Amino acid sequence: MGKVNRREFFEEVIANREENSLNNAPDLVYKQYANKEIPKGLQKTTSTLNPYTGAWTEDEAIHLLRRTTFGVKPADVQTLLGMSVSQAVDTLLNVPTTAPTPPLNNYQAVVPDPTVPLGQTWVNAPYDSTTTGQRYYSFKSWWTGLMINQNMSILEKMVLFWHNHFATEVLTVGDARKSYKLNAMFRANALGNFKTLVKNVTLDPSMLVYLNGYLNTKTAPDENYARELQELFTIGKGFTPIWDEDDVKAAAKVLTGWRINNTTITSYFDSTRHDTTNKIFSSYYNYYVVVGKTGASGATEVDDLINMIFNKQDTALHICRKLYRYFVYYIIDSNTEANIIVPMAQTLVNNNFDIKPVLAELLKSEHFFDINSRACYIRNPLDFLIGMFRTMKIDIPSSMSVDKTYAIWNYVRSYGNTLALDLGDPPNVAGWPAYYQEPDFYETWINSNTLPKRMSFADMMLNSGFSAGTGTAIKIDVIEFAKQCPNVGDPNALVDFIVKYCLGLPLSTNTKKAIKESELLSGQTSDYYWTVAWTNYVSNPNTANTNTVKSRLISTIFEIIRLPESQLC
Amino acid sequence: MKRRDFLKATPAAASLAFMMNGLPISTYASHPLLEMLAKQTATLGKVLVVIQLNGGNDGLNMVIPIDQYSNLSNARGNVLIPQNKVLALSNTSLTGLHPSMTRIQDMYSNGLVNITQAVCYPNPNFSHFRATDIWLTASDSNQYLDTGWLGRYLDLKYPGYPNGYPSTTMPDPLAIQIGSGVSTVLQGAQVNTGMAISNINNFYNLVNSYVDPAPSTPAGHELTFLRYIAQQTETYNKVIKDAAAKANNLSTLYPTGNSLADQLKIVARLIAGGLQTPIYIVSLGGFDTHSDQVDAADHTIGAHATLMQKLSEAVYAFFDDAKLLDFQGRVAAMTFSEFGRRVKSNASGGTDHGTGAPVMVFSPHVNPGLIGSNPVIPPTTTVNDNVAMQHDFRSVYASVLADWFELDINDVNNLLMDTFPILPIFRNANNVKNTEENGSIEILQQNFPNPFSSSTTFTFNSDGGNVRIQMFDATGRMVREITNKQYDRGSHQITIDRGSLAPGQYFMTLTNGNNKATRRMTIVN
Repeated sequence: MGKVNRREFFEEVIANREENSLNNAPDLVYKQYANKEIPKGLQKTTSTLNPYTGAWTEDEAIHLLRRTTFGVKPADVQTLLGMSVSQAVDTLLNVPTTAPTPPLNNYQAVVPDPTVPLGQTWVNAPYDSTTTGQRYYSFKSWWTGLMINQNMSILEKMVLFWHNHFATEVLTVGDARKSYKLNAMFRANALGNFKTLVKNVTLDPSMLVYLNGYLNTKTAPDENYARELQELFTIGKGFTPIWDEDDVKAAAKVLTGWRINNTTITSYFDSTRHDTTNKIFSSYYNYYVVVGKTGASGATEVDDLINMIFNKQDTALHICRKLYRYFVYYIIDSNTEANIIVPMAQTLVNNNFDIKPVLAELLKSEHFFDINSRACYIRNPLDFLIGMFRTMKIDIPSSMSVDKTYAIWNYVRSYGNTLALDLGDPPNVAGWPAYYQEPDFYETWINSNTLPKRMSFADMMLNSGFSAGTGTAIKIDVIEFAKQCPNVGDPNALVDFIVKYCLGLPLSTNTKKAIKESELLSGQTSDYYWTVAWTNYVSNPNTANTNTVKSRLISTIFEIIRLPESQLC
Repeated sequence: MKRRDFLKATPAAASLAFMMNGLPISTYASHPLLEMLAKQTATLGKVLVVIQLNGGNDGLNMVIPIDQYSNLSNARGNVLIPQNKVLALSNTSLTGLHPSMTRIQDMYSNGLVNITQAVCYPNPNFSHFRATDIWLTASDSNQYLDTGWLGRYLDLKYPGYPNGYPSTTMPDPLAIQIGSGVSTVLQGAQVNTGMAISNINNFYNLVNSYVDPAPSTPAGHELTFLRYIAQQTETYNKVIKDAAAKANNLSTLYPTGNSLADQLKIVARLIAGGLQTPIYIVSLGGFDTHSDQVDAADHTIGAHATLMQKLSEAVYAFFDDAKLLDFQGRVAAMTFSEFGRRVKSNASGGTDHGTGAPVMVFSPHVNPGLIGSNPVIPPTTTVNDNVAMQHDFRSVYASVLADWFELDINDVNNLLMDTFPILPIFRNANNVKNTEENGSIEILQQNFPNPFSSSTTFTFNSDGGNVRIQMFDATGRMVREITNKQYDRGSHQITIDRGSLAPGQYFMTLTNGNNKATRRMTIVN
C-alpha cells in the first residue's frame, strides 16, 4: 500500500462494500442451479471412522493436504508419501507453537502512526483514531500473508475455522488490536481444548464489543452474546428438545459485569455491574441453577454456565458437525450422523473436549478417504487464491520492503473480498453461509459474479500478474511450476501432473489428449515436439527456448484451470 | 463512411448511451443515430477468417511451379505430382494447383482467390513451436512478443477490453476461435481477446470444449452445479446462442468428415446470425508430412492430398454459404502455416520442415491471381535448399489490416512494429504503391556486375526517410544488412564487397516506407 493515498484507500473501502452488496444481489442464474433441497442419495457410503487401510498414493495425499492446508505443494505430497497415513495426519496436526511475528506498521507513508514507526508492530501500541483503518488492513494483510507462507500444518485452516465459528467483524470491533488478540488466541488454541476456547471467546475483548457483552449489566441485561453462545457457538438449534428464551435471559444474567480495559486490551470483571441473583435454566438443562455470587467470585459464574452447556451432548455434536462440514462435506445424512458425527462427539467428550484427537480420528478414517468424500468440496475463495500461490509456486520476493510485501498480501486479501470472502469480516456472527446455510452450503461461493472473477484471477496470474503498486509483478512462473513434475519432458506426464494438482476430479484420457495436442503441442500430434522443446530449454534456457515452453505451459495450464473441475477439491 | 471513421464515431455513441443511463435499452435501439450505426455495422462490418494449417504445409505441392518441373523431379521425385495432373490456373500457364483442389481452382477462375508466393521472414525458424509463435505474434525471427498480431489489432480497436465490454456498440465477442483453447494470435496486452467455441449446438461446449461425464458421487453433484454456472455466466453465451438461432447454413456443399468444414459452418452461421465479431480463427491439422505424404503408387492421393481436398471443399462450401446467406461481400479468409516444407524430399516419401510457402486469401474483394514469382528450384538440391523468401508474412498482415480492415497505415506499422510493404492482395488496395509488382519506377535496379565475384554496385531510389536493404541467401537466411538509415529523396548508389559469402543465389530486398523491391543476384568464384 506504499503508494495508496488516503482517498484511494477509502475508495477501496467503499468499493469493497459495493462489491459485497453486488454479491448479495439476487442472482437468478445461481438460484436456478443451486440446491433447492439437500441432495438425497449421494452419500451411499456406510464407511466409518475406522482407520483407513487402503492405498496411500499421490491422490490420497493430495486429498488430505487440500482439506487441511490451502492448496497443495507437490513437495509436501512427496514428504507425506514417505510416511504412513497415520504419521502423515499426525504431522499435519503438529501445529507450530511459537507465535508468528505480529502485524507491522506498513502504512506510515500513507497515514503516519504517532507512536509506531514503519516496520514495527502496533498490536501493543495505544489506540489511534487516525490509523484505525490502516491497522484493519495491516491485520488482514498480515493474516493473508501467514496463509500464503503456511508450513505443512493444519494451523491456518484451523484459525479460519475458529474465525468462522466464533465470528467477529474487524470493522465492527473497531480496534484491530482486539481483533489481533482474538486471532492470536485462535492460533494458540488451534487444536486445543474446545471448552477453553469457549471460555476465552466469552471473555475476549473483541467479542465483548462485537456482541455487546461489555454493555451487559444487571440493570440492563444484553442478551446478544448469551443467545449466540448457545445457538451458534455450542449447542446449536433446529432440533428438540432445545434451550429456550428463558435460557438466553438466564445466561445473559450470568454474563453481566464483564468490561474491557482498552489500554491493556484485556477484559475484567466489575462485580458492581453483575447480577448476583440465582439463574435458573429450563428443562433442557434440567433446571440447572447457576448460583448467584457476589464480589469477585461472581466472575466464576461463567465457568458454571460453560460446564452446564458442555454437559449437554448436543454441544459436542454441534462442533463435530461443523468440523465435518469444514473438512469433509456439507451433507450429513442419517448414516453420517450415526457412523461419523456421534462417534466423533464421543471422542471429543472422552478427551475432555480436546479437538486434536477428534480431528486425528476423522482425518485418518476410511470415511475421510472414501471416494464419496473426495473432490466434493467447493474451494472457498482462500482455497482458490492462496492455493494458487502455494501450488503454483508464486514468489513474493523476500527482499521486498514491509510496506510492499503487505501491499501484495493486501491485494490477495482484497481479491478474496471480491470473491465474497472478506477475511476478518464475515457477513455476520454466523460466519460464512457456505458452512451453515441449507440447502446450498458450499455452492454459495459460486455465482454469476464470482466464477468469472475466479477465472479472471487465473488469467491474470498466468499472464500479466499484479503488482499492487509495488513495481514488482507477482505472477505464476509456469516453468518453475512445471519443473515440479518429475517427468516434465513427457507431455502426457506433464498434463497428468497439471490436472492432478489443479483439478479436483481427474479427466478422461481423451480429454487430456485433446488438451495436450491443442495446447502443449500447438496442434501437432507428436509428443516428440514437446520433449525436444523442453530438452532445448533445459540445455540452453535462452529467450527463444524459454518463450517456446513458457507460452505453451501458460495456455495448457489456463485451459485446465478454466475447467469447472478446478473449483473442486 | 469508412469503417475506421465509423469506429472512431462509436465513442460518441457510447457516451450518449451512458448519459441516457437509466432508460431501457430499447430506447437506445430506436435512436436514429444508433440505427444508423447498426446499419453501418451490418454493411461495413468486415470479417476475417483465419485458417491455420497446423504442422507446416507443403507449399510446393499446393501451388506448383510448373516451370520448375525438371528440377522439381530431381529434388522430390518421390512426392511430386505428375505434371499432367496439376490443375491449371485460369490466368497463367506457369503455376498450377494440387489436383485435389478443384474447388479452389474453380474459385480462382471466378476471381475469388489471391495467392502470395514464398511468404516467409528473414532467418526462418524450423521448429513448429517457435515458427508458430513467430507467425501468431508477427515477430522478427529473434524477437519475442507476448501478444498476437490480431490481439494487438483488437486492443487498438476496442481499447480497455475486457473492461466495459460487452457494450452497446460492441455487444459481441471481439474474436471467436472455433475449437479448443484460445490462440496466441488473439492474445492482447492484458487478456486474450478471443473466446473458444467448439459446437454451437451443444450448450455446455460454449464454455468448455472438454466435457467428461460427471460421476454419480457428491463430487459429480457439485461439478454439475459448477458447469451450469460456468455456462450461464460466459459473458457472450447469450449473444452467440441468439446469433446461432437466427441463421442456418444454406449451402448444401459442406462435405462430411471434414473438421475444417464443420468449423466454417459454425462461422457462417454466426456471421449470418448477426454477430459483429470481426475475427474468426479455424484450423486444420496434420500437415507435418515427414513420411508417406503421398501414396507411393499414385502421388495424387495420400495424406497431403486429403488435406488439400479438405481445405478446398471446406472453403468452397463456406463461400457458397456466404453467398446464399448474403454476407460474402464482407468476408475474407486467409490461410497460413508455420512454414513450408523442404524442397528436397526425404526417403520416407515425405518432406521435412522448410521455409517459405504460399498464403491464400479468399474474398470477392481480392485482386485475383498471384503475387510474386514461382520459387526457383536448382538443378541439384541438398537438404539445405529451401524456398527463398519473396514476401515477409507481415506484408500479408499489413495488407489485411490496411486494406481489409481499413486501419490507418500508421497504426498498421505500429501494430507490426515496423514498416512492411503493402501487397496488392485486395482490389482497390489504397496503400499499395511503387512496389516491384506494379513496378511503376525502378526502386531498386539490378546490380552490376551480376554475377559477381568480388564486388558489385546497385542504384536505388529513396522516397525520403529510412531505407533498409538486406541480403538473403537462397534459404531465406539474412546474410547481411547492407544499410538501414535515412536517405534523402532521390537516387543513391551503394557498392558492396562479397566478403566471405559463398557462391550461389542471393536476394536483396529494399524497404522504404511502403516501397519494397527485391532483386536476385548471383555470386560466382
